[in-house]
Amino acid sequence: MRYRTALSVVRGAGAAKDGTRHWWAQRLTAAALVPLGIGFVAMVFALLASDYRDARAALSHPVAATLWILFAVALFHHAQLGLQVVLEDYVHSRGLKILAIVAIKFAAMALGAVSIVSILRISIGS
Amino acid sequence: MARLTLPPNSRIDSGKTWRASSGAGTVRRFVVYRWNPDDGRNPRTDTYEVDLDNCGPMVLDALIAIKTELDSTLTFRRSCREGVCGSCAMNIGGVNSLACTFPIRDVKGDVSIYPLPHLPVVKDLVPDMKQFYAQYASIKPWMRAVTPPPPDRERLQSPEDRDRLDGLYECILCACCSTSCPSYWWNGDRYLGPAALLQAYRWIADSRDEYSGERLDDLEDPFRLYRCHTIMNCTRACPKGLNPAKAIAEIKKMMVVRQL
Repeated sequence: MRYRTALSVVRGAGAAKDGTRHWWAQRLTAAALVPLGIGFVAMVFALLASDYRDARAALSHPVAATLWILFAVALFHHAQLGLQVVLEDYVHSRGLKILAIVAIKFAAMALGAVSIVSILRISIGS
Repeated sequence: MARLTLPPNSRIDSGKTWRASSGAGTVRRFVVYRWNPDDGRNPRTDTYEVDLDNCGPMVLDALIAIKTELDSTLTFRRSCREGVCGSCAMNIGGVNSLACTFPIRDVKGDVSIYPLPHLPVVKDLVPDMKQFYAQYASIKPWMRAVTPPPPDRERLQSPEDRDRLDGLYECILCACCSTSCPSYWWNGDRYLGPAALLQAYRWIADSRDEYSGERLDDLEDPFRLYRCHTIMNCTRACPKGLNPAKAIAEIKKMMVVRQL
């Protein structure tokens, strides 16, 4: 038997006073990913027939390495924002939802960091 | 997780068929959802054959004909029969609409009629709207102002400011939009849904209201507002031709603009 009124359920814990930053960041990273993604794919295709030495030469240019890092940051930031929304939509057990969101954020940070280190290593490492 | 299959006691059996009398002219079959909370049985669909030659053109006319001539136990809400009260909102041929303004000839084949999706059913085609109305109440759908009204007349509004309410004030709260929204199906307990958000924007957009900021504050929430993923079912469903998706987009725009 549930004695809570419908209005008490709807009002709940009140508005979180958040969500706009999340939504706005999702749009901004989406917009940024269009040119960055095209540039990344174009460069990968241009290097398809090349060997590792050519790839290192191409990425040794600071602009190329910067664009790749920006692409990785925007990509993983956008991915974890989007996956968080998917989890909030479909996972209704509170503990599992929070656990999954935290796991996705950690994974995105780790993958982003690995990407940046790898790009820097190819670009300026030995 | 989101539940994709119905629990066993909600599976729909096929029920009785009520044949039209032998003298009937143009016969149309109506497949109608039936559920009675008192008999302990699963829901079923009953099939009614209606003689369209002796029946008005709208789906509500057929339902009234069924109730008066074939089966008086069929339960549904209706009142104005002309699309202003919003009582007879139901799912007709797979689309949420008002039975009173939905022509029978717009449905191909058998006319399937179900209650509005994803609301608890009270009986047959009558859904429980309690939470939907609570959501409407929660957005404080009345004028809020600090400045007292002028003592000798009403609060004035320019014709241009009044025009901004067109497409918002006409909402009759039939719930066709909210119950067509998948986001409302999955998170209807926390997401306000398109109907309540359209009404929230109706007051945010009103030049006489002085609480736009507080109204936006109350909506700024990952669930209350941002469960809208611009699926646009709301706008397709609205039997009054309104655009709740656009109203929600305007709210999101204001949320960003007031930060920049």
